[in-house]
Formats: sequence, C-alpha cells, structure tokens
Amino acid sequence: MLQTPTRNASPLVSLAGVGVRRQGRWLVRGVEFSIAPGEIVTLIGPNGSGKSTTAKAAIGVLKADEGRVERKAGLKVGYVPQKLSIDWTMPLTVERLMTLTSTLKGAEIDAALEATGIRHLARAEVQHLSGGEFQRALLARAIARKPDLLVLDEPVQGVDFSGEIALYDLIKTIRNTTGCGILLISHDLHVVMAETDTVICLNGHVCCRGTPEVVSQSAEYQRLFGARAGQTLAFYNHDHDHTHLPDGRVLHADGSITDDCRPNDGHHTPVVPTGRAGPMRIVHTHGPDCGCGHDHGAAPDSNGQQEKRDA
Amino acid sequence: MLDDFFMRALVAGVGLALTAGPLGCFVVWRRMAYFGDTMAHSALLGVALSLLMNFNLLISVFIVAATVSLLLLLLQKRGTLSTDALLGILSHATLAIGLVMVSFMTWVRIDLVGFLFGDILAVSRADVDLVWGGGILVVFAIVWMWRPLIASTVNPELAEAEGMQPEKTRLAFMLLMALVIAIAMKIVGILLITSLLIIPAATARRFSTSPEIMAVLASLIGALAVVGGLFGSLKFDTPSGPSIVVAALGLFILSLITKPRTSVVEHSAANQGGQA
Repeated sequence: MLQTPTRNASPLVSLAGVGVRRQGRWLVRGVEFSIAPGEIVTLIGPNGSGKSTTAKAAIGVLKADEGRVERKAGLKVGYVPQKLSIDWTMPLTVERLMTLTSTLKGAEIDAALEATGIRHLARAEVQHLSGGEFQRALLARAIARKPDLLVLDEPVQGVDFSGEIALYDLIKTIRNTTGCGILLISHDLHVVMAETDTVICLNGHVCCRGTPEVVSQSAEYQRLFGARAGQTLAFYNHDHDHTHLPDGRVLHADGSITDDCRPNDGHHTPVVPTGRAGPMRIVHTHGPDCGCGHDHGAAPDSNGQQEKRDA
Repeated sequence: MLDDFFMRALVAGVGLALTAGPLGCFVVWRRMAYFGDTMAHSALLGVALSLLMNFNLLISVFIVAATVSLLLLLLQKRGTLSTDALLGILSHATLAIGLVMVSFMTWVRIDLVGFLFGDILAVSRADVDLVWGGGILVVFAIVWMWRPLIASTVNPELAEAEGMQPEKTRLAFMLLMALVIAIAMKIVGILLITSLLIIPAATARRFSTSPEIMAVLASLIGALAVVGGLFGSLKFDTPSGPSIVVAALGLFILSLITKPRTSVVEHSAANQGGQA
C-alpha cells in the first residue's frame, strides 16, 4: 500500500486567488489550494458558500473569472456531481452507467462494483436504485476509470451513518491503493473524513484551513462515535470571525463593515494553519447571526452535531 | 422497383424512420420535443426564403433550422425569458413569417399543404437517394459521437469534467437535427416531423434495457409505422403523412397495453430515489 501522500510530487491541480462571478456577484473569491497525488482535501462550508463552484473551477467545468487554475497536463478526473438525475426515459443499467465516459473491461467494471458493494445491482436500472445505492453507483463509475484526481461532491448524501463510514473507508482505500488525489466536498459542516490531509472551510472565500487528524484521536471524540468511527470521521472545530450581512457586506468582529471579505484584509484574526502535530482549534470569535449555520462560539460545535447524529 | 411511386414512398419513408429512431431517442431523453417542433416550424421560413432567392430548398431549410437553434442557444444564455417562452416565440414567429412571405410571392405556385403535411407519394428517385444518403450520414455521425452524446445527455458537467466537450456535442446534435428536418419535410411535412422523432422512441422505451437497444428499436418501430401508415393510406384513401403518424400512435398505444416490465408507480418512486 502506498501510505503517506507523496507531497513532493507536482500538484495535480492548484488554484491561486481563484474567483468565480455570476451575474455581478462573486460566488467565491480568493481561493487558494492545491491537491497533490495521494492527498485528500475536504471542502466544507454552509449552503451557497461556493464549495461546488470551487470544485467545478478546479476541474475546469466553470471558468475562473479571476486568479489562476493550473491542472497537470492530461489530468484524468473522476467526478461525482452533487446532483444527478437521470430521466427515466433513458434505460440505463448500473453496468451501462460505468462506461458512460470511457470504455472499460468487464473485469474493471466488476472490480469497481465489488469495491462499492453493489455488484449484485449490476443489471438494475439506475432509476430503481435507492439514494444510497445510486451514490455508490456514481462512486463506482468515477473510480472504475482509474482517475488521477477524484472529485466527490457530497458523495455520502442519502447514505446512512454506517454506510457513510463504509464509503469513507472505501475512499481511503482507493487513495491508498491507487495514490490518486481526492477533492471531497462534505455536506457536513463539522464532521469530515479523518484521513483528510487538509480541511478548507469556505464561505464565499477561504475562512480557515487545517487538519482534522488530532481531533479524531481525542478520547472525547472516540467516546461519542466509537473507535471505528474515530478512524474514519473527525471533527473540524472552527468559528468564524465575521458575519455576512443580508446585503452582501461583511461585519467583522472588530465592528468594521466592508464590502466583501478576503483573507489578509486586516480584519481577520490571523488564520493559523495548525499543521499535523499542532492543536486543531482555530479560534476566533463570531457575530450573533451570520446565518451560515455555524455554532457561534459558546457551546462546542461537536455537541450539537452529536445530538443530530444520534437522533 | 423504384419506378412505382408507392414503392418509392415506402423506401423513402423507411429510410427516414431508420434515421429518426436514434435521433428521436435523444430528443426524448434531452426533453427537446418542443425544441424539435420549433426547428421544424422554422422550416417553412426556409421554404419561403428558398423560393424568394431561387436557392436549393434543402440547404435553405437546413440553414434556417440551424440558425434558429443557434439563436435559441444565444437567447438562453442571456437568460431573460424561460426556454419554453423563447421556443414559443421562435416556433410560431418563424412559421408565421414563412406563411406571410409565401402569400406575398404571388408569382410562385406553392403547394403549402404539401409542405405542412408532407407528400410522400410524390417523392422522386432523387428524393429517395437524398433520404438514404443524408440518413446514412446522420446515423454514421450519431454512432461516431455516441459516447459523448450519451454522457452529455446524462450530465453535461460530468462529461466536461471527464474530458468531453458537451457544448460541441450539443451543437453537432442540433445540426444533425436540422439536417433530418430538412430531409423529412417532404415526407411527413413540417407539422408532423417531431411526431416521427418522438412517438417511436417513446414506444421503444418500454422494451429497452439500454440506450443502444432503445435507439435500434425506435428505428424499427418507426419503419413499421411508415409501412403500416402507407398501406393504410392506400386502403382507406387517407393522406399519407398523417396516416403514418396515426400508425405510429397505434403502435404506441399497443405498447401501453402490452404487459409492462415494470409498473409506472415503481418508475416514479425510483426516480425520486435517483435524484436524492
């Protein structure tokens, strides 16, 4: 097994100061990150924070209006979009779905279906699958073509908790065996895959970034989710230091208001990438009603999350 | 064999149906039925322009239909009106302009009914060649770009992310459709072209387990409808174009009555699951 990501290899894709604007509004701005072979990058953030937009800009489905996106020449992408509905007028079996964008050998298809645990559904029509089965089929399709970069937009949506852990385990295995880079968009603001190398929190821009590693090892976390979950999922604790006002302007913790908010504009608490060994928490304070779905400081985020999970 | 007008009609009609099968499947899958209608209606404008400028009819119809589809793409990008409103405007505006122009041209005798409803019994040997030549070209093109066509129909962003060019595919598909409309106009007529695209494809859905099977079945069902419709029109002395469409409808209804592989209820429930 290829264990640690080969950090020294040239990145598969790198974004520098990337912004995407639609109808005069910046969907996302000032995004910086890169993905190396074997690296897992997770994007989190509230609805409309630009996660999918960022991912699409990274793989070239959307054109960046500012900044630079560089992709390795001949980069082979496997993509699981956030929304995919297949019109029932199109007869499409799981098996046929596998060869949607590339020709594959029968053995390759079988292996991908086996890995995602849906081999028995090979001949089922995709319209007849449950939400979780359909997600697995999409993931199988994306990995079957052996991509350099796997882009997964909320791959565990509609999957129950144990299924989620199984899928994250699978993603980890894929990374370890193939050494591909993975860009993962999490539907959850605070729980990310433990194997993630870098967590990037977006809210129209990069709010903060760090690694989830330390937290996943904490005793408290393991008590909440069990040791097995501890190997798979991790908290990403973070607070935000500013509020996005309804008119699009930004209220900062220091009381100032600006038209938009970008890193290094002087209003933010310095964002400290914590590194693999450092403490997880990136502390800054938060306004009362940012509407971005975050907990605002007092109660630990993890508790709310846990109640929701257990329910 | 092709000396007999009925034989010529049969051969031309079957050729068109075979071409329309796979193309019609994409019209159904991509929900472009009304779009196809709009392109077909614009054909009358093409006819009028061809008469006015003394230009080849087929090429003129093709150019107008292609232009209308490009215009629609452009208007869609501006995003001021919904697509179906835009289609409604373009569809009937081009039809009306065509009719008005034709009425002005008092110096030409034009069989308007022939263009609107088709005149398959009047196809010449050259028309038969055209239908088969153009048809083979269209089918060849569809087979050639089959995978990107299917992939971008399922999800254009996915296709683009994995190295395809869904915009170009879409453009190529529209040009093929314009070509088929230009070819089909004489056979089933402007107002009935889309039915020959959609009805066989819809009939084939029920018996298909893959897009490929559905495309082939749609061709065969369409051919059956042409044969049935033409013999029907001969027997009952009915207009040939509409008779073909009625025959296609008959096959569609028959397919509804036959025992379905899966119930409709299951389909809709599963569809929601797929979208989740």
